[in-house]
Order: sequence, then structure tokens, then C-alpha cells
Amino acid sequence: MTALNVRQRASETALPGDGPANDDGLHARSLLRFITCGSVDDGKSTLIGRILFETGAVFDDQLGALQRDSRKFGTQGTKVDYALLVDGLSAEREQGITIDVAYRYFSTPQRAFIVADTPGHEQYTRNMATGASTADLAVILIDARLGLLTQTLRHSFIVSLVGVRHVVVAVNKMDLVGYDRAVFDRICADYRRASANLGFTQISFIPISARDGDNVTSPSDAMEWYRGEPLLAHLETVSIEAGPDLHQGTVLPVQWVNRPDSGFRGYSGNLALGHLRTGDEVAVLPSGKTSRVERILTPAGDTSHAAVGQALTVTLTDKIDISRGDLIVSAAPRPNLRRSLRARLLWTGETPLALGDRYGLKLASGQVNAVVTTLHHSVDVTTFAEIAATSLATNDIGAVTLDLDKAIGTLPFAASTELGGFILIDRISHETVAFGFVDEDAPLPATTNSGPAGAFGAVLAALRRRIGPAGSLTRSELAGLLCGNMLASLIPAGLVYGLTGSLSWALLVVAADLLLRPLVLGGAWAGARRLWRRRQSRNQLASENVLGDGI
Amino acid sequence: MIALSHLQKLEAEAIFILREVAATCDNPVLLYSIGKDSAVLLHLAMKAFSPGKPPFPLLHVDTTWKFREMIAFRDETARRLGLELIVHINQDGVKAGINPVTSGSRIHTDVMKTQGLKQALDKYGFDAAFGGARRDEEKSRAKERVFSLRSADHRWDPKNQRPEPWSLFNTAKKQGESFRVFPLSNWTERDVWDYIALESIPVVPLYFAAPRPVLRRGDALIMRDDERLPLLPGEVVETRMVRFRTLGCYPLTGAIESDATNLTDIIAEMRASQSSERQGRIIDHDGTGSMEQKKQEGYF
Repeated sequence: MTALNVRQRASETALPGDGPANDDGLHARSLLRFITCGSVDDGKSTLIGRILFETGAVFDDQLGALQRDSRKFGTQGTKVDYALLVDGLSAEREQGITIDVAYRYFSTPQRAFIVADTPGHEQYTRNMATGASTADLAVILIDARLGLLTQTLRHSFIVSLVGVRHVVVAVNKMDLVGYDRAVFDRICADYRRASANLGFTQISFIPISARDGDNVTSPSDAMEWYRGEPLLAHLETVSIEAGPDLHQGTVLPVQWVNRPDSGFRGYSGNLALGHLRTGDEVAVLPSGKTSRVERILTPAGDTSHAAVGQALTVTLTDKIDISRGDLIVSAAPRPNLRRSLRARLLWTGETPLALGDRYGLKLASGQVNAVVTTLHHSVDVTTFAEIAATSLATNDIGAVTLDLDKAIGTLPFAASTELGGFILIDRISHETVAFGFVDEDAPLPATTNSGPAGAFGAVLAALRRRIGPAGSLTRSELAGLLCGNMLASLIPAGLVYGLTGSLSWALLVVAADLLLRPLVLGGAWAGARRLWRRRQSRNQLASENVLGDGI
Repeated sequence: MIALSHLQKLEAEAIFILREVAATCDNPVLLYSIGKDSAVLLHLAMKAFSPGKPPFPLLHVDTTWKFREMIAFRDETARRLGLELIVHINQDGVKAGINPVTSGSRIHTDVMKTQGLKQALDKYGFDAAFGGARRDEEKSRAKERVFSLRSADHRWDPKNQRPEPWSLFNTAKKQGESFRVFPLSNWTERDVWDYIALESIPVVPLYFAAPRPVLRRGDALIMRDDERLPLLPGEVVETRMVRFRTLGCYPLTGAIESDATNLTDIIAEMRASQSSERQGRIIDHDGTGSMEQKKQEGYF
């Protein structure tokens, strides 16, 4: 059957999509982003091509070109090769493989869809991970004749790693196994077993034939034993609600400081977590300063209540120093500030990971320098086993510890993609050398070489967390204050010890002095601090939209 | 909890990209090509930096063959919004007498558009240029990243694109390299029109049907916008009710016969249409992979 005949047939029965010929008016629809992945020749591109075609997202002039191209490059004999609709680069058409992610768009009256068609080849894993990272759902294709392949496991692992929680396993080429239910059932059981530890919240299985269209947009006559929905109907209705929030707070990464004139000072960014209301008490990380939300500006104007994902500009009731890379967060709970991260890396660089080298680390809108101090192990992406490793090459995955030159606010990747996902950037080539996933949210661990240890270390670490990173305003102020106080307290303590000979009395005097003196000095100190801050803020105005030593 | 609609998500994503460039690039510019996609891009830029103004100028690479209504609309838009507008014309091309009529679409586009754009970016030292291109327009665009890195001589290397996970854009580049940035990557033609309707964004009147002087050349209806377009033997100019789905150089842009005089009609017509918007673009059809070729050479 030619493509045009199929079109006519489809037109007579009304297209399932709302491309040409379906007019449903302007109304709000939801958006589903999904990725298709599978091995070479699993029929991914064919499947997407068919969905695009049957939802009416392919136009006649494109169809004409498709028929010409099918004769020239096609792999389906005299049939129209739908894969050619999506393989966009010349090299891909010539080699008949997908190299890079292709994004395609179609919609039905229920939903708008963005499909990332991603390459199956192992050498293009980073392209696949790119496509998967923004997906709500993954369609994993399995060739019914071949069953699970190592590729299937690798794709499932990557999809899980970058945060996809909903999976559809499409068992394709059912026509080539006689539409045999036993084959399908065996593959389902195999996949369930293999993916048990990947953290998917939902896995659906659908037997299809992408080439002939069975169970793609309409039910299959040849597989009446399958009682579930066809693939498209499933994608239209599947709920992609995230699970319960693992972090209950609000996070707005400051992307841009908006200061059109002296009368307005706003902080712009997309709300990464939670919701924000005018009047909410907020804190700024890493400084820890607090204020309240004064105004919230959205693309639709002022609002009193903003939802996650919205592009916002907020103003605060207090004038405090905030720059790009800072986080505006709910007063509680807040993300932890960390100088050291446990994370997994997916290495995307051409040159392997070098322990001890400095990389740029970009997380949300912030950028710091990072050194990978320890490579704990790498992960075999087909058996999911941990293996000893000394480096990571392209497409390798490993667990590492990173030391940062400044503290940043993070959450585990499982709790927040925005606060737990990062990239590493080579400082010379500027290549994106790794995707990173923050693993655990332990408090600041003591640094390995120079850091303090034991209970004292824990107190210092807690203090450091309270007062911000090295070099920050609060930290130098506080350190000076504490040292000065301690020294000053020694004088009366020495006097008491000399007079009474009692160590406990002397210690009591030190403690009382340390506690009371700040109260007395507090007023004078606050005045001095105001002056200092004014000077500091003048210096900072010029640099606040610039990344800290940007690379 | 408020769930964002599909257009609100696209809007938030585009604004995020606009702000990211403003914050990380030294000297960005918005490529303003006057069409509907540019109109949406500009509207989003105004929102992204409100109550301030976008911290970058507009650049129009003028081939000297745009519809007169486009030029009038361009100047009026810059005035209305109070934005700096840079107009660049490839004077070498003008001196060499390059034009779409006798030089052919391929040479005209290469010299006046692609080379003109490179000249302008080099002249002003822009290190990031926003474009309104969408991935649904053409197959090689579907493969392009949001931040598309170009070498010092503006070439695109489709086989070596940076991975771009989540919304983490690697904005680092070497001296001389630049970015083409596409905030509307994930929008479709329909999204653009729906958003224009929703936000009442002004667009060039050529998108709406009106009686216009056109001649039939091959399969295309060409509007004779001025006397520079010579009539071939047998061609007659007649007044027909037409409109344009895309806008470019007038001798290279086919009109469609239509009665759609308002946004509602346009959206209805688009959904009933069986042909893609770029069908009217003569430069796309120079051969399979021709857009990819142009992009590698520095075309937007």
C-alpha cells in the first residue's frame, strides 16, 4: 500500500491526531515528552515516523519527498520507509542509522507530544542521555525475534539514571514471530526481572508492529489476545505525575538579576521546586540571609502565588546582596550547602576523567570549580555491577567524590533534577565532559587531607554550614568576632585563675564573657557591619550577573 | 498545585533560555527576521526582562528584497518597543549586483543572507545570536541543540554537538566561537500561532489574506512587490486574495490563495492544510540535505 493510500484510508476514518484535518480550537493541553530507544534495526525511527504520519503531523509535500527518498535510501523494499521522516542528517540517511537525537512534534486533542528519537549505538550514548534527560517517559523497543539484548539493558539503565520513572516496553516486529503471545509474555517476564532494581515506578508492555501499524495508533486484529491500549492511546492517557516530593521546600535558582533602574531590584529564574507566595519567608543560599517575598512577576503579570516550573522575577522586602548562582529557598526546609559531593558521573568527554584535575561544575544557575578526588567504582551498564576502576572513558558511568572550591546548595538527584543534576565542563576544550547526579545528602563530610576530624570537626562543619563558604562576608566577620572574643576572654580568665587558683571558676568566666560580650558589642558591631555591607554591595553590583570565575 | 499548560511550559523554557544567554554571554543579539517566529521571540524577550528592556539589540540582515510591508513593520516594531535596531546589508553583494532574479535563489541567499549575517556578527563582535528557528521546520533543524556552537568561521558541526541534558546549557566557548541560540526549538507552527492569538502579538499584515498583485511562476504565486521583478513572456499580474505562511525575499516566497483575514481563520486554515509551511520557501528544495549544507556553511 502506498503512503498516499494509507493517508486516504486514514482520512476517511478521521485522523487520531489534530494535525491537518482535525480542528479542536484553542484550548489548554498537557505536554508529554518521551524518548524512544532501542538497538539498531529495532524500528524506532519507523515507529515514530508512523505515529507522525498517522496523527497527521506529516504534510503532503513532505510525503512526496519521503516517497522519493524511500526509493533512494529506503530499507523497506517498495514500501514507504517511515524512518526517513526522522533521520535528518545526510550521514544518517546514507548509513541508515540514527546518530543524534531528533526531536519531533505531534499532537492529539488530549496532549501535545515532544518525541526524542535517540540513537541506539553505544558510541552515541551521550546523545541518548541528552534526549532522555528531558523525557517524562521512555518507550523502549525490543525486537520480538531477539528478546532482551545488552543494548536494552544499557538503555534502561541510562534512562533510569537520568531520572525517567515511566517506561513503556514496546515489543516490536510481532508480525515476524507470528503474533505469538508466548514470545511476548516471555519478553515481559525477562524485562521485569532485569529492570527490578532500576527504580521505575511504572512499566507497561505493548506488542506492536511498527511497520504495519498494529497496536500503534489502533488495536491489532492479529493480536486479539492483547487487551491493553494501543501505544498512542496509552501515551495520551498515562499519568506522569511525579511521586511525593522528597524535598518539601521551595527553591528558586537565581538566573538573572533584573535591575532596570534604582527603583527595581528583581531576581529572575524558573521555580525549580515547591511554590512561592508573596509574604513567604525566604532564605538566600549560600549567604543564609533571610527576607520576605514582596512581589512575584510572571509572564502573565503580577501574581500572589507561583507554581513549580514558572519563569519568575521576584522582589524581596529587604535589600540584600543576591547574585546569579544563589538560591532563594523557603526558610525551612533548605537544601544543604556542600563543599564536597558524592555523585555518579556519566562520562561524555572524549578524553577520560583525570583524578585531581579541575573541571567547571554547573548546577542550576551556579558554577564552581570541582576536582574529582576519588573514583569509588564504575558501573557495568549491562549487569549493573560495581567494578573497580581507575578512570572513566566516554560513555562510562562511575561513582565519585568531588571537592568544590565554593559551597553550593544541592539536593539528591532523586529529589530534584534541578538541584541534583549537573554537568562538568573541561576548562580548556570547554567540552561537556560529564553529566552528574548528586547521590546522597549527607552533611558536609570532613575533608580528607586538611580538614578537622572528630567532634570538633563536626562542630566546625556545622558552623561552616551556618556561616557560609570560605571568603564569604558572614564567615570572615564571624571568624574575626569569635577569635577576638576568645582572646579578650583570656584576660579576665587569667586574672580569676591567678586569684582563686580554680580552673573551673576561670572557665566559667570565659564562658560568661563569651556569651555576654557579643550582647554588649552587638549594637556597635551592627553599625559597623552596615557600613561594611554598603561598601561591599557597591563592589558587588558590577559583578553580580557574572559567574564566579567563569570559564 | 497548578499544572502548567503546554504553552506555558514552552513559554517558561524560552524565557529561561533568553535569560541564560543574557547572563552568560558578553554581547548577544536577537536576529530579527520580522516574521511570526521573530515576533514571538521578541515578545518573549520583552517578558523575560520585564520591567526592564532586553539587554541586547535587534539585528536584521536585510537582503534588500524583503517585502516593503516587512520593512515598515520592522521599523515600527523597534520604535514601539524602544529597542535598538541594527540593519545590516552586505554591500559587497549589492556592488556585485547579486539579486534573486538573475543570480538565482541559492547564490542570492548565500551572499545576501548567510554571508551578510557572518559580516554583521563579526563587525559588531556578537558572541551569541538568538534565532526563531524551530525544530519542527525541517529535518536538520530537528537535530540541532538549543545552544548551537559555531566555530570562528561560523561553521556548524552536526556530528560533534555538545550533549545538552536537562536545562543545563554549557555556555563556555573559546575566543572567536559563538552560539546560535534557539529559544523556540520546541515550538511548532501551531504553537506559534496559538501563542500569537493568546497574547495578541502584532504580526506583519502579509500573513492575513488581502487582494494583492500576484503572478504565477511555475507552481508558485509570487507577489510583485515592486518594479524590480521583471515579467517573463506570458506572465500577467493579477489581483488575487492571497496571504503568506512564511515571509522572506518576495521573489522567493510563494503566496497561498486564502480568505483567512484574521487569526482564527489562519489557525483553522493551518490545521486543515495538507502542506508544510516551508513548501513556499524556494531555497529549501535545492536537494535532499540542502538545509543541512547551508547550516554547516553558516546559514542560521
